[in-house]
Amino acid sequence: MANSETMTINMGPQHPSTHGVLQLVLELDGEIIRKATPHIGFLHRGVEKLSEHRTYHQVLPLTDRLDYLAPMHNNLGYVLAVEKLLGITDEIPERAQVIRVLFAELTRLKSHLVWLACHALDIGAMTVFIYAFREREHIMNIYEKVSGARMTTNYFRVGGLSADLPDGLEQEIREFVNSMPGHIATYEGLLTGNKIWQKRIQGVGVISAEDAIDLGVTGPSLRGSGVDWDLRRDQPYSGYENYDFNVIVEDGCDTWARYVARLKEMHESCKIIHQALDKLKPGPVLADAPKIVLPAKKDTVNTIEGLIHHFKIISEGFKPEVGEVYVGVENPKGEVGFYLVSDGSPRPYRMKIRPASFINLQALPKMCEGSMIADVVAVIGTLDIVLGEIDR
Amino acid sequence: MSVQAAVDKLKAKFGDTVLETSEFRGETTVVVKKEEIVAVCAFLKGDLGFNFLTDLCGVDYMGQAPRFMVVYQLYNIGTHMRLRIKAPVEESDTTIDTVSGVWATANWLERECWDLMGITFNNHPDLRRILLPEDWEGHPLRKDYPVQGPDREPYQGRVQ
Repeated sequence: MANSETMTINMGPQHPSTHGVLQLVLELDGEIIRKATPHIGFLHRGVEKLSEHRTYHQVLPLTDRLDYLAPMHNNLGYVLAVEKLLGITDEIPERAQVIRVLFAELTRLKSHLVWLACHALDIGAMTVFIYAFREREHIMNIYEKVSGARMTTNYFRVGGLSADLPDGLEQEIREFVNSMPGHIATYEGLLTGNKIWQKRIQGVGVISAEDAIDLGVTGPSLRGSGVDWDLRRDQPYSGYENYDFNVIVEDGCDTWARYVARLKEMHESCKIIHQALDKLKPGPVLADAPKIVLPAKKDTVNTIEGLIHHFKIISEGFKPEVGEVYVGVENPKGEVGFYLVSDGSPRPYRMKIRPASFINLQALPKMCEGSMIADVVAVIGTLDIVLGEIDR
Repeated sequence: MSVQAAVDKLKAKFGDTVLETSEFRGETTVVVKKEEIVAVCAFLKGDLGFNFLTDLCGVDYMGQAPRFMVVYQLYNIGTHMRLRIKAPVEESDTTIDTVSGVWATANWLERECWDLMGITFNNHPDLRRILLPEDWEGHPLRKDYPVQGPDREPYQGRVQ
């Protein structure tokens, strides 16, 4: 006689494929998932609370630590929000804007490489992990050359960049990006035609366009459900309107569609990086706004104005006028937004981060209820979540 | 349809419910009475096409009345318009109706707002703490909650 009882099992918070510390409580009927309940918050560090006690410049390093696989994007969203609050969006030098786009797209490549590597590893295709991490290593070396750090880069600044590109880096980026299509072909060669890979992800984790919009899913996860929406094109920031690229939309609504969409997005990122490198012209990388932007070290030690500005900005910070702004950017995982409320003091009165992974994760029960327990791992992978951003 | 046209339609439909509209850096904010929040949101979604709830959060304006604002960031995927709706919430009655029936996104966002800001969402399907442990006391994002935690002395600088 059939047993109609369900069994409740716990997955995580230490399961190797949970990409951080995510706990899922699964109610199972045999191998079929009846109910999935995510439990989050294990990495909560109170970033929003902390930011209310720091000056605007001091908040920036906290944003690296949200989505630590795409730190430059978090930095970008935050600096754009502060610049909008200050009303200096139009004063950012051309060179700084181009370098921001350049690194935003390198970051997209880096984030997608980790997604691909871990997604495939979770499902059992181990080889691609090593290849994808080899290229990711190269991007982290490029990060290190501009910022000194491999993950928590903190490279962008309110008003521009912390430093210009070092000599020879443009050529290195160009060579790296030239090699990327070949590498992507390698990954595809390892996965796309692989029957096991196809069986594991085709028709798995299906979410319709209506449900995805209703649940607030963004990024490649939304575009994999056939919704043509990309903030880089639809609400351009940092000069994205000057680049020629395609928004990749796939209609499959399943894990396969999202896999295809992300791989194609990597090609588009390479295209944007080439265009950005072509656009790079010598020039300043910081806005001419001495009350906001930290002066160059040589000015701090050699001129009295530089010293005064340095002292004022470090000890007190700058004071935006009273107001509130929201800026969203197209992170590799979806829309990451910063809502800043200023009360006229040098610290954000309130900073709310719109975390892409947090809201995308909310769709997980919808995507895996009714499917097999092994598909949960595929769905976690395809949502491309980062717990640092979910828990903040 | 511009954002202004949408705001005008909202005003025409709801009249006195719309308390205030303002614009800052090209972003439009509409303050509405909290009693009508579900009706306003349903109208914005159904008739004006704001089909995407980007974000929802609470802001604590301690010392002012009303003390809290619940902020809804809306987006229209068709026309790429953004609109911000705010609803004031009094300290004496920190409740507001849930909009999770309008946008499913609001479910977790409202849980987060309850968890960190202590605003109760009436009729919410699953109002539990989300980021903090279930037995946590207090709501850390309130301005009267100390940054170092509730039972620790404030940091006094380096030891002399």
